[in-house]
Amino acid sequence: MNAHKWFASMLLVGILTGCGQKGDDTGETVIRIGSVSPLTGPQTHIGKDNENGARLAVDEINAKGLVLAGKPVRLELLAEDDQAEPKTATIVADKLLDAGVVAVIGHLNSGTTIPASKRYHDAGIPQISPSATAVAYTAQGFANAFRVMANDAQQGQALGRFAVHGLGAKKVAIIDDRTAYGQGLADEFERAVRAAGVEVVAREFTSDKATDFAAILTNIKGKGAQLVFFGGMDPQGGPMARQMKRLGLNATLVGGDGMQTINFLKLAGADAEGVVASSPGLPLEAMPGGKAFKAKFEARYGPIQVYAPYAYDAVYVLVEAMKRANSAAPAKVVAALRQTDYQGVTGPLRFDAKGDTLGGAVTVYGVKNGAWSVLEVIQ
Amino acid sequence: MDILAQQLVNGLVLGSIYALVALGYTMVYGILELINFAHGEVTMIGAMVALTVIGALLGVFPQLPGLVVVLGGVLVAIPACMLLGFGIEKVAYRPLRHAPRLAPLITAIGMSIVLQNAAMLVWGRQYVSFPPLLPQGRYVILGAQITDLQIFIVLLSFTIMGGLWLLVERSRLGRAMRATAQSREVAQLMGVNVDRIVSLTFIVGSGLAAVAGVMVSAYYGLAHYYMGFMLGLKAFSAAVLGGIGNIVGAMLGGLLLGIIEALGAGYIGDLTGGFLGSHYQDVFAFFVLITVLVFRPSGLLGERVANRA
Amino acid sequence: MRRLPGLDFLHARPGLAFALLAALLIALPFLVGSGLGNSWVRVLDFVLLYMLMAIGLNIVVGYAGLLDLGYIAFYALGAYVYAWLASPHFGLHLPFWVILPLGATFAGLFGVLLGTPVLRLRGDYLAIVTLGFGEIIRIFMNNLNAPFNLTNGPQGINLIDPVRIAGLSFAEPPRFLGLDLPPTYLYYYLFLAFTLLAIGVAMRLQDSRVGRAWAALREDEVAAAAMGINLRNTKLLAFAMGAVFGGVAGGLFAAFQGFISPESFSLWESILVLCMIVLGGMGNVAGALLGAALLTILPEALRYLGDLQRTVLGQVVVEPTDLRMLLFGVALVSMMLFRPTGLLSSRQHRREWAAEDGVAEQERASLYDSRA
Repeated sequence: MNAHKWFASMLLVGILTGCGQKGDDTGETVIRIGSVSPLTGPQTHIGKDNENGARLAVDEINAKGLVLAGKPVRLELLAEDDQAEPKTATIVADKLLDAGVVAVIGHLNSGTTIPASKRYHDAGIPQISPSATAVAYTAQGFANAFRVMANDAQQGQALGRFAVHGLGAKKVAIIDDRTAYGQGLADEFERAVRAAGVEVVAREFTSDKATDFAAILTNIKGKGAQLVFFGGMDPQGGPMARQMKRLGLNATLVGGDGMQTINFLKLAGADAEGVVASSPGLPLEAMPGGKAFKAKFEARYGPIQVYAPYAYDAVYVLVEAMKRANSAAPAKVVAALRQTDYQGVTGPLRFDAKGDTLGGAVTVYGVKNGAWSVLEVIQ
Repeated sequence: MDILAQQLVNGLVLGSIYALVALGYTMVYGILELINFAHGEVTMIGAMVALTVIGALLGVFPQLPGLVVVLGGVLVAIPACMLLGFGIEKVAYRPLRHAPRLAPLITAIGMSIVLQNAAMLVWGRQYVSFPPLLPQGRYVILGAQITDLQIFIVLLSFTIMGGLWLLVERSRLGRAMRATAQSREVAQLMGVNVDRIVSLTFIVGSGLAAVAGVMVSAYYGLAHYYMGFMLGLKAFSAAVLGGIGNIVGAMLGGLLLGIIEALGAGYIGDLTGGFLGSHYQDVFAFFVLITVLVFRPSGLLGERVANRA
Repeated sequence: MRRLPGLDFLHARPGLAFALLAALLIALPFLVGSGLGNSWVRVLDFVLLYMLMAIGLNIVVGYAGLLDLGYIAFYALGAYVYAWLASPHFGLHLPFWVILPLGATFAGLFGVLLGTPVLRLRGDYLAIVTLGFGEIIRIFMNNLNAPFNLTNGPQGINLIDPVRIAGLSFAEPPRFLGLDLPPTYLYYYLFLAFTLLAIGVAMRLQDSRVGRAWAALREDEVAAAAMGINLRNTKLLAFAMGAVFGGVAGGLFAAFQGFISPESFSLWESILVLCMIVLGGMGNVAGALLGAALLTILPEALRYLGDLQRTVLGQVVVEPTDLRMLLFGVALVSMMLFRPTGLLSSRQHRREWAAEDGVAEQERASLYDSRA
């Protein structure tokens, strides 16, 4: 970069940042909170949903007025886009730390949450993910890392128990798509069904770009499985349901939240009937504050996508901890977060020593008449 | 036994799709000695265009029989892909015919990225589902489940390949193509319009890709902007396996690769005692490709490529 | 090198130019950090990492004319070697200066190993086989968590040790002369040192005996062989050298990020690095540097395009991330059509790409080498 270009860009940046910092002279202290999710790319709608959930909570808290250590405090939410990319996630984390945030609500994906968590940990600020479910996130031993949703282990275990007790499976085949999510879920499922004494007759693998599962399904058919568990997303789950029917493989297809989608119903068509899939958390209708939240949220942002209630709760959990600590100092807030016992929209929230939610609920759905309907809520 | 029969059926159907796409690679390579990386993407565009037309037809005439709707989609997709193939050659490859070898290869990769991302902007990132319009009858033969669609796919592939073989071996156009493949200069001297032949090769190959694209998306029930890439790579491997530049070789290579993949993914776990598993399904194609290139670069049916340099 | 207008006084005083450049490079993270924030220093760090890779790939593609589409595999190998030897995964915590050479050697050996079977292949065949190798390595990395947990599969390896030099851990930066040095700054200087070293090595190589052998190989293999150049060794050396650069960059990446998983080593990354050298100018170190800088900064800058659309139009009509890939594709095609030698082209390459038809024709006609 040559010198005059450099000065030109510096000047521009100076103007931009300078403009942003004015107008805060109302005597309030401004506390910045980061929210990170993919705001571009294929997951934009889910990412925006997280941001909106957090923003709703922040606006409500500001409207009510927050006082810490006798001083009025106003929250400011800085929403950043990590493009669901691990590399970008760390850049965005630094960006937020540059801006002086005291806490971060995010990120959305496990693959971005984990590398970014190191940055927040080094900076010592609390991080609460509304939606990252990989076990590894809270297994790093970071005291500042929390999440408000059941993790993959909790989901896989719950599904495994449901497969054995709810569906009565005796011989099970397990497939995963070799992504961090799919493999993690499938491993936990396998652990749960094995613990219940069920035989795992086949462990097969595919990829997150595959469309042909005939070879592995034929193999599974030959081993006489009554239930096929798939750890992966709907673009593979849909065709898999179809190909199972085509091969005459009469087993129940079971999946996690990656399959419990509207898109799955479209891709599997008529063959979706009877498929079982779970999702962490309660269905919105069953959440204690679900109805009220839905009304408030939809009045402002339109339909809820998925995780908005969790992002909303995450902000409240954070602010409650600030209130108990009577400070926004990160170290004090982290300590206070451990003592969280909060009745949120999504249910009661408490954290274990690792920062996972205690007793996060998992809901199991089944396809009936072309739509998902609740089979069982596992607490 | 019925499991083996089923795996062979799985492989045969997959293989005929590979074969159909492999023809496009083989024809272009035969004439220009260029790997048309964008060919897989043309297949994808074919599927996407057909699906758009099918969606529109179903919207306007919901009473139309399924087969007619799909046929309508194919009939639009074929000329669309032909035009695309013609355009790609004209814009991206023809100006570089005399450039160093690396140049058209890099444009080919660039073209593939452009098509993929243009398709993503037009049709979105979501998987598009293919409506169940085609007959779904199922039969059990030797313990293997076979559907109408699978039989149709295999028959259609063989018919098309037979037709193409006749075109190349028996027609005037085919003779010009073979002459161009042998030597562009000599063909030109003999009165063959080389530019026209190259264009026609791209047009025919792209038309076949359109048919393959519709077949793939009907068979798996979906289409996606990324679907052409892996399909293209595997089809290319199939073409190399059979002997690139050789039409019968492309068919043979496609069928073989399909069967290798099905049997490999089905049995590797048991054969290696769980050491290797179906996670390595995608490795087979590359493994076949590398082995063939290293030990028998001319493929199964190809003639020894002379060292002309 | 063409002269930049207005900077003539610098050409007259190379010492001054050098001092200015050095001062700028040393001050850069502070300028960027105070002006644009620490996150842009991190971008700068990635620019340097990609520069390392681009220089390495440039040796294979630009110098020796071997189109390698699986280059990211060496980056992955370097990263995994670092992760194996400095993380809780195997409980090993070797120092950085031990691991990095090991990783580089390992990647270099793999370069030779993968290079050997494909020696006879040329041009497009080589491209597709190297692409296959790249994918095979990624698939193995993704799956080798069983029967023996080598790579921890798709979950990746976490908590990789940061670089430690002489008791100074890059994760807990010291106060230095009253200045806070965040980790991104320290990594900047580390990466800068490696990049400068790589530039030196690459430039020396280009003008060396080996470099001339590579150029001969690129332009005409048969003639090169006739001139007594050992094709096998020359080619393998190119693969190995390129791989070593990739391995070093990978090791640095692992230490810098602290977490690696196979999704960071996709085929797209190989193509990205290729784009960098094609855009900048093949066979030319300055071109590789420019390409790496452009293509790393561009996506970060494009980010503002999304914000701009949101403020002006109220919504994002065209995703900047979607556009990015499309632009890269268009750039590849149009560079080849209109400026095949890149933005900064080497004189030698310009001459070659403007070669008379006969030469190019002949080059294209030969699919395989005479047996190496």
